Amino acid sequence: MNITVQIPTALRRHTSGIERITCTAANLGELFSALDQQFPDLRPHLRDDAGQIRRFLNIYVNEEDIRFLGGNTYAFQDGDEVLLVPSIAGGLA
Amino acid sequence: MPGYGYELRCRECGKSWGNQPRSICDDCFSPLEVFFDYDAIRGTFTRQQIAARAPNMWRYAELLPLPENYSPTLPIGFTPLLNAPRLGERLGTKNLFLKNDAVCLPTLSFKDRVVAVALAQARNFGFDTVACSSTGNLANAVAAQAARNGFHAWIFIPADLEPAKIVGTQVFGANLVRIAGSYDQVNRLCSQIADERNWGFVNVNLRPYYAEGSKTVGFEIAEQLGWRLPDNIVVPMAGGSLITKIKKAFGELIELGLVEPKPVRFFGAQATGCSPISTAIKAGNSEIEPQKPSTVARSLAIGNPADGHYAIKTISQTGGWAEDVSDSELVESIQLLAETEGVFTETAGGVTVGTADKLYRQGRIHPDETTVLCVTGNGLKTTDVLTGKYETEVPIPPKIAEFDRYLESRLGVGEKDVPATVEV
Repeated sequence: MNITVQIPTALRRHTSGIERITCTAANLGELFSALDQQFPDLRPHLRDDAGQIRRFLNIYVNEEDIRFLGGNTYAFQDGDEVLLVPSIAGGLA
Repeated sequence: MPGYGYELRCRECGKSWGNQPRSICDDCFSPLEVFFDYDAIRGTFTRQQIAARAPNMWRYAELLPLPENYSPTLPIGFTPLLNAPRLGERLGTKNLFLKNDAVCLPTLSFKDRVVAVALAQARNFGFDTVACSSTGNLANAVAAQAARNGFHAWIFIPADLEPAKIVGTQVFGANLVRIAGSYDQVNRLCSQIADERNWGFVNVNLRPYYAEGSKTVGFEIAEQLGWRLPDNIVVPMAGGSLITKIKKAFGELIELGLVEPKPVRFFGAQATGCSPISTAIKAGNSEIEPQKPSTVARSLAIGNPADGHYAIKTISQTGGWAEDVSDSELVESIQLLAETEGVFTETAGGVTVGTADKLYRQGRIHPDETTVLCVTGNGLKTTDVLTGKYETEVPIPPKIAEFDRYLESRLGVGEKDVPATVEV
């Protein structure tokens, strides 16, 4: 499926300044693989050492939080717009 | 930390970011936190010095991230800490206190505190426009203080907000943008807008500074208890920031020797219709699962709380717990608080009181211990939830005989039972 990914300013230094990426992926796993291939520097900013999505990274598909769509199991549709948005916390515990 | 005594650091990887409008660590995408140089104020920031200052949140200036020589423009905070014997009797305790931010000025919620710190830094960083995403109270606070301090204000809210919170934002001349969506969608949109525009978003790029303002609730509770900490505290949770900042405040007072070290249990309160944090606590999870909110407690209706992870940590590390109450329970709790203590709180306060009731009944809070309930907002902003709770009285003619008749019908009291004269 052809999908578009919007890169937030904070991460653009790892994408050579590119704001929007179009790629082919069937699900979140494939999307991350595609991003890894194209922008190896981006990987550690999206996932932790164990390969889990970083706690403070929210992923939206067409404005809906991907966790409401099935998360890793969500099957991308042609034309899906994916947003990577940092979760703005300020906590100390 | 030259010149300031505080700086931003990544909470997770520890990288220093100095002082700038930024809330995310670019390296690991984790939240930034304000760190203070406690050694610089240890010994000079004393109880006596604080007591000599005006009764408002600025008396704790050394523990707030304020620009050098900052001159506050409003006396915010130092709201009453009330003992609550009549509510306590209903909940089965003699040691109950209310921290009453329903009367925080200028806009009757604890959000006045956080906005005050955020706008101090907004000026410092050179912004002429401030903005926020809000479930209402923050909207009111930003709009009012922007007017007071001469900022342009852009306020983003979910479209279904209570009318009083909408008018209470517009009256200050703020630009109000209603979004057809939930708060979580408004918040996500604001993150995107903040990415594009050079505005001071109090709860996005100014968030680390903003969040520090919440600590003043904790400083005041400790000072008002006679410079001691309570055994338990019950805090309403929306984004989950307040509960973590009260813990930070207590920790700082201990660090500076202003109070005796003491374990305090932190209890979180949510509405069942939006309870991602209490659900995680009850399930023993360290992370939240986002929810789609459905509750009249709109000020707490955040389904994807940014500080949820840290709120869970605060509660579980201190031996506390989290509970949630239904919409009908929270409305009954608003009425209970008003009838027993004369404090009219909004839905979030109803959630706190209703949750406290549950925690006492579950035996999670011991009745002999000192417990503080945080009342964070004012009931006049959410009167819609009381619609239908009280009869509209039929007017009676202004005659004493009519009143006697009325009293009889109301109380079933005969004329003979009511003394007509009073012996002196």
